[in-house]
Amino acid sequence: MATKLVERKPLSLAEQTYLPQIVTGLKITMKNMLKPPVTLEYPEERPEIPTGYRGVPTLVKDPNGREKCVSCQLCEFVCPPKAIRITPGEISEESENAHVEKAPREFEINMLRCIYCGYCQEVCPEEAIFLQDIYSLSGFSREEMVFKKKKLYEIGGTLPDNHFKWGKKKDAELSGNPHH
Amino acid sequence: MELTEFVWLVTKALIMISVIMGCAAYAVLLERKVAAVIQGRPGPNRTKIPFLGNIPVIGPIITRLGLFQPAADGLKFLFKEDPFPKHVNALYYLLAPLIAFIPAMTTMIVLPVGVYTTEAGTLAPMVLANLDIGILFILAVSSLGVYGIILGGWSANSKYPFLGGIRASAQMISYELAMGLSLLPVFMWFGGSLNLFDIAQGQNELLFGFLPQWTIVYQPLSALIFLVALFAETNRLPFDMPESETDLVAGYNTEYGSFKFGLFFVGEYAHVIVGSGAFVLLFLGGWNIPFVTYPEGILGSMLSVSVFFFKVLALVFFFMWIRWTLPRFRYDQVMALGWQRLLPLAIANLVFYAILIALIEQF
Ligand code: SF4
Ligand code: SF4
Repeated sequence: MATKLVERKPLSLAEQTYLPQIVTGLKITMKNMLKPPVTLEYPEERPEIPTGYRGVPTLVKDPNGREKCVSCQLCEFVCPPKAIRITPGEISEESENAHVEKAPREFEINMLRCIYCGYCQEVCPEEAIFLQDIYSLSGFSREEMVFKKKKLYEIGGTLPDNHFKWGKKKDAELSGNPHH
Repeated sequence: MELTEFVWLVTKALIMISVIMGCAAYAVLLERKVAAVIQGRPGPNRTKIPFLGNIPVIGPIITRLGLFQPAADGLKFLFKEDPFPKHVNALYYLLAPLIAFIPAMTTMIVLPVGVYTTEAGTLAPMVLANLDIGILFILAVSSLGVYGIILGGWSANSKYPFLGGIRASAQMISYELAMGLSLLPVFMWFGGSLNLFDIAQGQNELLFGFLPQWTIVYQPLSALIFLVALFAETNRLPFDMPESETDLVAGYNTEYGSFKFGLFFVGEYAHVIVGSGAFVLLFLGGWNIPFVTYPEGILGSMLSVSVFFFKVLALVFFFMWIRWTLPRFRYDQVMALGWQRLLPLAIANLVFYAILIALIEQF
C-alpha cells in the first residue's frame, strides 16, 4: 500500500503557549452557556416518540374486537431470546369466530428477556403483535414482568385495520364460495 | 486584651468563617450550575425546602435556581454511611481531611475584604489580622494544605490514592516556586510591602498622575504566571493531577466517603475562594475601581466589600469556566510546563521588572 506522509507543521510560538487555543475554547463554552438547555425534564416532559419506535410488544384486536392472534407460534419460534411462550387453544364451536379455529389459550411475553428487536411483529402473518411506543417499564418482581395475555391486550388495544381477512372469509363461506 | 475586644474579635472570626463556609457551599452549587449550562442542561433545580419553597412566585424561582441544593448536599455528606476501610492507617486517615481543611480556612484571616474609615480619618482594612507579611502567610499556610492530600493518599494504603498523593506533592513543589517568583515584581512595584492591604490600596493610586495602576495592566506576565500556578496549587482542572478520576479512580480521596470527603471537598473550594481573593487583591485592584472614591462611613465600606466580593465571584466563575472548557494535562506535561516554561519565565519576568523599576526610580 502506498504511504502518504502527512507534513506536520511545527507549532508557532503563540501556539506553544497554548493561550490562543484556550481563548478559543473559552469562547466556545461561553457561546454554549448562552444557549437554552437541550434536555427534557423527564417526568414532566416526555419525548415525542417517532413512528416505527420499537417499544413494548403487545397483542392487538381488530376493529371488531376479535383477537387477531391465531397462535401459529411463529413469533415464539422467531423470538431470539425466547421471550414469548404460547399455549395454543381451540376456539369453541359456539363462538362467532369458530371458523378461525385457533387462538392462544395463554400468551406470555417475558419483558425481562425481550430485546425489543421487533422480529415478532415482522413475522406475524396475522398482524396481531405490535411493538408500541411504551418505553418506560418497571415492576417490583420478576413474575410481574412476565406479561400475560390479558395484560398484553389491555396495553395493546385495537389498531385500525381494514383487511378484515377472517370476516371476508366468513362472508365468502356463507355465500358458498370459500376459495375466492 | 480587654474582654469586649476579645468578644468582638471572636465575633468577627465567626462571621468570616460562616461567610467563607457559605461561599464554599454555594461555590459547589455554582460549579454544578456552570457545568450544567455549558453542557446544555438546567442543572440542580428540584431541591425544595417545605416552607420556603412554598412561598408563591419567589419559592419556585429559588427552587429552579437550586438555592436549596447546598443544604441537601450538606445533609447528604453528614448522614451518608461513613465507610472506614480496614486496611487504612486509622490515625492519619482521620487526620488527613482536617489537615486539608484547616489551612484553607486559616489563610482567610489575612485577607482584607474591604476598607473603612477610622475615627482618626485614615483608611483601614476590614480584616481579621492585618499582618505585614500577609501574602507570605498565605503562601506558607496554603501550601500546608497539600500535606492533607499527601497524608490522605498515603494512609489510605492503596495504590491509586498513593499515586494521587505523590502527584500532589510533586505538583505543589513545581508550581510553588514559579508562584513565589511571579509575585516578587509586584512587591517591588509597590515599594517592597508584603501587606495585602497596602498593595491593594497602592493600586488605587495613579501612575504619573493619571494612569490607574491595576497590577494586571502593568505586569500581565506576572498575573498570568500567578494565575496558572494558582490553578495548579488549588488542584483545579486542567491541573487536577491528584484527583484525575479517569486514570486514578478518584485519586487521593478514593477511600474517603461522606463527611471526610466533604471536608476535602469544601477545603478545595475554600482554597479556590481564598486564592481568587489573593489574586483580586494583588492584581485586580482589590475593592478599588479606577477614578472612584468611596464615600466615608458605613455606605463606603459596604460598597467596597461588595465590589471586592463581586470581583472574587467573577474569578471563581472563571475557575469553573476553565474547568469545563479544558481537558486535563498529561502528568509529564504538567511537570514540563512547571519547570521548563513557568519557572524560567518567572525568573526572566523578575529580572525584567527589577531593571525596569530601577530605571523608573532613576528618572
Ligand atoms: S402473534 Fe402472530 S405470530 Fe405470534 S402466534 Fe399469534 S398469530 Fe402467530
Ligand atoms: S421484540 Fe423480539 S425479543 Fe421481544 S418478544 Fe418480539 S421477537 Fe421476542
